[in-house]
Formats: sequence, C-alpha cells, structure tokens
Amino acid sequence: MLNGVNREVPMEIEGLGVLRPYQSLVKNGQAKNIERLKDRQMNPSKNKIVGSIEKAIESAGLKDGMTISFHHHFRNGDYIVNMVMDVIAKMGFKDLVLAPSSLTDIHAPLIRHIKNGVVRRIETSGLRGELATEISNGLMDVPVVINSHGGRARAIASGELPIDVAFLGAPSSDSYGNANGYSGQNSAPSACGSLGYALVDAQHAKKVVLITDNLVPYPNTPFSISESQVDYIVVVDSIGDPTKIGSGATRYTKNPKELMIAQTAADVIEASGYFTDGFSMQMGSGGASLATTRFLREKMIAANIKCSFALGGITGHIAAMHEEGLINRILDVQGFDLTAVESLKKNRFHHQIDAEFYASPDNAGCAAHQLDVVVLSALEIDLDFNVNVITGSDGVIRGASGGHSDTAAGASCAIIVAPLIRGRIPSILDRVNTIVTPGHIVDVLVTDQGIAVNPLRKDIEQNLKTAGIPVVSIDELKAKAERIVGKPDLIQWEDKIVGVVKYRDGSVIDVIRQVKK
Amino acid sequence: MQKLRRTMLFVPGNNPGMLRDAYIYGADSIMIDLEDSVSINEKDAARLLVYNALRTIDYGETEVIVRVNGLNTPYGRDDYEAIVRAKPHAIRMPKTETAQDVVEADKLITEIEDTVGMEPGTVKIFAAIESAGGVLNAKEIAVASKRLIGIALGAEDFVTSLKTTRSLEGIELLTARSLILFAARAAGIDAVDTVFSDVNDEEGFRNEVKLIKQLGFDGKSIINPRQIKIVNEVYTPTNEEIFKSQRIIEASAEAEEKGSGVISLNGRMIDKPIVERARRVLALAEAAKVKLN
Repeated sequence: MLNGVNREVPMEIEGLGVLRPYQSLVKNGQAKNIERLKDRQMNPSKNKIVGSIEKAIESAGLKDGMTISFHHHFRNGDYIVNMVMDVIAKMGFKDLVLAPSSLTDIHAPLIRHIKNGVVRRIETSGLRGELATEISNGLMDVPVVINSHGGRARAIASGELPIDVAFLGAPSSDSYGNANGYSGQNSAPSACGSLGYALVDAQHAKKVVLITDNLVPYPNTPFSISESQVDYIVVVDSIGDPTKIGSGATRYTKNPKELMIAQTAADVIEASGYFTDGFSMQMGSGGASLATTRFLREKMIAANIKCSFALGGITGHIAAMHEEGLINRILDVQGFDLTAVESLKKNRFHHQIDAEFYASPDNAGCAAHQLDVVVLSALEIDLDFNVNVITGSDGVIRGASGGHSDTAAGASCAIIVAPLIRGRIPSILDRVNTIVTPGHIVDVLVTDQGIAVNPLRKDIEQNLKTAGIPVVSIDELKAKAERIVGKPDLIQWEDKIVGVVKYRDGSVIDVIRQVKK
Repeated sequence: MQKLRRTMLFVPGNNPGMLRDAYIYGADSIMIDLEDSVSINEKDAARLLVYNALRTIDYGETEVIVRVNGLNTPYGRDDYEAIVRAKPHAIRMPKTETAQDVVEADKLITEIEDTVGMEPGTVKIFAAIESAGGVLNAKEIAVASKRLIGIALGAEDFVTSLKTTRSLEGIELLTARSLILFAARAAGIDAVDTVFSDVNDEEGFRNEVKLIKQLGFDGKSIINPRQIKIVNEVYTPTNEEIFKSQRIIEASAEAEEKGSGVISLNGRMIDKPIVERARRVLALAEAAKVKLN
C-alpha cells in the first residue's frame, strides 16, 4: 500500500512478519505547531514541568493502596518526604505503601500520616528517631519491612516491590528531567553527590516525579537520571538542608577510642592476606570504620600498594586518596560529605553507580561481590558473629540495614568494628537482639580491647598470628566486657511483630517485636 | 627490666567512662587526677569513684598513678586515706615546693600502710614541681624519700609563677626542664616532662617531644590518647640503633663469659655507659614492638 509519504510498502514480509506503514504527521497542513515553536519555553513537548506537587500527583495517577518511593541521599536534611506526604494526605489518599531507600530522624511527621491511615505499610533500609521509636512501640498494624540496599534494588528490579510513583529530589535538573546530585552548571544549593539509590527508582518506577530547587538549562550534562525516565518535574524553593546532608553517621571522628579501633582494623587489613597491590575496599558508615581509611593510607604508601577501587558510601578522604593516585577508581553509590560531592563532579574516574550495580544479589554481577575488604560497624554482635545494626540495646529500632549484609556477603574479608562496651552495655552478646547480617559471612571482629576471628576463617586467623597480631576468641572478649560491666538483663518483648528483617535475597532473616513497657 | 614511662596519660578522676577505658590505649602510665580537673563540689564523689575503680578494674600492665590534692588543702588528707588503701603504684603529689612536702607525704603513706597491714613502701611517690621555688629545690626534693620514683614538671603553674606564658619553642621552660632533669638523674629516678595542651597541633607536639627526648627526659605527660602514638614514635629507636645495641649487648655478654673486664666490638673498646645506653635502646624497641627487617 501507499504509506504517508506516498511510497509503496508491503504490509507483511515473510521472515519479518507484519509491518506498520508510516502515517503522515501532517494535520491542517503542518506537522509542527509553528505558533508554539516560536516560544520554545511554552512547548509542552519540550517541558515536563508541572505547577505543583499536587498537580504532579494527579498527573501520575496516584491511587489509594499504591506504592510510592523516595531516596535518602539528603539524609537528615531531607525535605522531600515530608513535603510530598503532606500534599498526599491533604488530597485524601489512603493505604499507601511507602518504600523509600531509607528514613531518618527528620521523618517523624510520618507518624501522623500512619495514624490517619494515609500510610499503611513501610519498606525501608533504616528507621531512626521518633518514628522508629513509635513503630517499635506498635504504631503500625502491618510490620515494617527492612531491606538491605542490594536487597531493595533486587526487589524493585525483579518486580517483587513494584513502585507506582517515585518522588525523587534532584539537586539539579533541566526542564526535561536530566538530573544529577550536583550541578555541572552552578553550585547546587542542595548537592548530595551520587544519586545511586534513586537511580533504581528512576529506572523501574511506573511514574517518576522529579522535585528540584535548581532548574538549569537543557541539557543538564552530565546527568545520572535521564529524560527518558522522568514523567513530571516540580520546582520548589528548597529540597533539603545542606548543613544536614553530610550528617551524623558519616562524620570523621576525633574520638581516641574510635581512632584506636580504626588503627587496629588497618593493622588487621594489612595482615589479612588481602592487602596486595590492586586490592579493593569499602568503609561503611560510623566513626571507626571511616577512620580506618586514614591509617590504611599510611600503610599503602609505605608498602607501595594501590587500591583498584573503593566502593559504596564515599568520603572526602577516599576522594583525596584517589587524587593522590592511591585509589585508581571510585564506585560511588552515596556521597558521605561535600568533598566527595566535589570529587564526583571533577574526577573523571570517580564514577556514580546505582544500587543494583552496587549490591543486588540477583543480577549478573554486582560490585560488592568484587570486594576484597569491607569494614563495617555494629550495634551488637554475638558469639556466632551475627550482627545487629537495626535495634539498640533497648530493643528499639534505631539504625539501618544499609549495605551491611550485601558487602559482608561479597567481601573476601568482612571486618566488624565496635567498642567492646557502649556506656554500660557490652557489644558482644550470647544472641543479638536482631540479626541483620548472619555470622557465617562475618570474618573478623575488631574491638578496642581485642580481635576475634570467626572460626570459619582459620586462614585469616593464621595470617594475623603470623604477623604477630594477637587474636582471642569472641567468648574471651565477651567475658572481658562482662567482667567490667556485668551481664545485661534480656529485653522483654511483646508477641506483636513490628518489623520484618529481610536478607538481601528477600528471605526473612529475623523479626523485630514490640518492646514490653 | 626498668619500667618505661614514655607516656603518662592524664585521666580526670570524675569521669567513669574514661576511668574504665584508660588502660586500653597503651600508655605506659595513667595518671588519674583528683586535683585540678575535679571541681571542689565533686572532690568527695571523685575520690570514691577512683577508689572503687582501682579496686574493680584490671588495669593490666599499665602503671596507675593517682594525683591527689595537696596536704595543705582540705581534701589532701582524705585523698591519701582513700587512695593508699586502693593500692595504686604511686601517688602523684601536686605543686611540690620543698623536700619537707615529700617527707610529710611519705610519713602519712607509711602510717596508712601500717594501719591496713600493707607491705611498707608499697605505694610509691611521684612529685610534680610546678613553681620557681619548687624547681630550685628539685635537688633536695628528688632525694627526700625512698618511695620517690620520679619527678615531673608541671608547666602551666610554673610559667605563671615566672610571670610568662608558654611558647611553642619552650625557651621559658629550658632552665626548669634542665634543673629537674639534673635532680632526677643525680637521684637515680625518672624525669617526666609537662603536658602539651593543643591536641590538634600534632606537629608542635612532635617537635616538643623530640626536644625533651634530646634533653634526656624519660617521657611526657599527655592529655589525650591520640598523643601516645606520636610520643612512642619519637622514642622508638631506629633499626640501625637497635642493631648496634644488640651487637654491644652481645659483646658485653661475651666479655662477661670470658671473665674479661674489657668489652670490645670491631676492635673498639666499649665503655660501661655505652652498654647501659644500648640496654635502654633495646628496652624502648621492645616496648614499641619494633619488628626488625
């Protein structure tokens, strides 16, 4: 038949099947709307900006019971979750599933939305502050689901956790949705660096709403979220408090005890058998683990050893080592401070990665599985080396699963750092209150008063002993702590389950129960 | 082997967390303070806390010294009564002015030891000298008691008494440091230098440690565990020094075996002081766990 430009084309060809002839775009003698093109800013096909969050919610087709998501790259400075939830509540939606990559202290206003039935269920990596306490005290009918960063990416990508609408804060975006965690064109007021966790939502959510306080000219290169993923854009005054974006858990410590633990962790890495040229590493959040970088640097210079890549949450110290040539590549899923943000912006081989690439156990390969060494914090660890990073010594939720189990599983040598005693409570217990990371993937425990190696890792223990590093059993460390502060009473729990902790593959590794008053 | 006192870590006597952890950082000595870091309204509570800490916590290899209040204050006597009973390695006397101060402290400690049936001389004395008068009396102070294991300079009060302030170069402390060191060496006891209070100035601190090591001090009082590593680094002998010292000790042992009074190494005669110095180098190396390569 004749197609829209008067060419004879077949309707079907054997081997190619049914074909669709081109149809003319011309209407009323024109293919393009010349009047509108005269003012390019008015052209709706070149502009995804809508006037308000309410308008974006309407346009995205949000309905009761749907699942919405957010990222936590602004940490305790995040304005997006509360801003959007207030509008959603005002619009009268109910029974929503909230699936952010994590929640922090600043999200206490969610308590009201839970009580009013706006939010029925939460899936997150972490919970802190008043919201966490209320949930631990039985606020919700349906338990919170705690995912690891890799586990969340896996669940979203596999369709196990389908996201209907993602509301993603963007420190810079153009009017078409090319967005980044900084800006190549100005100094973004709410820069957070990598948008690694948000990239998964941008890719897989049915509708993506970008919220920015920094609209820049098209095209916003380099971008990490692309125009092909974004449906609507809302411009607001501010998306976050920059002074709190690099906050608490990622500070650089001056505490002598944390520094001492960090020094010991560096000694352990040096002797572990994995400290060879081209090794790879990740330092988790927490004073001692982040400070390990400082002492490792001295050892790398002394031994002329270079790191092939540093993974995960990235600090200014990692960036500085990259710039001095000690770390060849950075794979950055999350910026821990503003120096790391600057580095991502200026260093060609400081590369932004998404959470699936980082840690998903289900794809063809993730970076966590390439790790030689990871240093991770712990709230509690037990005699089987199981680690709790989610509930405090009072049983109340106050932490995050994060990449803990992902990197412990992937790294050849997973080192846990913790003070032997916190306040009056020993960090080593017979059984941790909540298991986030199973003990059989944890290799070494470093405390301020001794090192214990998992009996499953005789090879590492032998390497440490050969290097003259004293190793004791974890039972001895526990006994030492109890000699000083005694044995704490066990926490009393109610029957009600308030949280379900999932391992990275989606299986349930533990549950959190309501704390008895 | 003689006890090393490279680092003497100040620990406020009113801070339970610090009292509990003080031994973990690897200081050679910790000095728990009941004096200037404890305010008047906390004196009793701190005394009780320190007493119980000493009786409860296993400080392991770390030498434990308690700085009490002077006997000329309302708290001094009670401090001695409580702390001697808790049996630290030593009591540190603050603001020692004369030999008589040491004699009085010795007398009181002897009485308390006697009362509780403790071996006489169990609790030693470490005297801090913190004024111009004290510095001029250092020679007599250093020999005033058999319990005395060392003297230390306390610079903050001292510079005030001199009507000056502390400088990074430390010129104002040179005479005091030298006199205290001379007094200690003449008496055969240790000399420990004063604190450096800017914890964040690592370079200034390192320079001061180098200076006092060169003067001959056994070590330095420190106010933060972060300073330990730097002191130990400065006091750790080089591989070359260690090898040389090892050869000297071997030659000395060989000479002794032969019954020869003369020690020679590579054709040179080795004097007794050189052997003594070699012993100290090896002790410092061992303390620093130096791995020879």
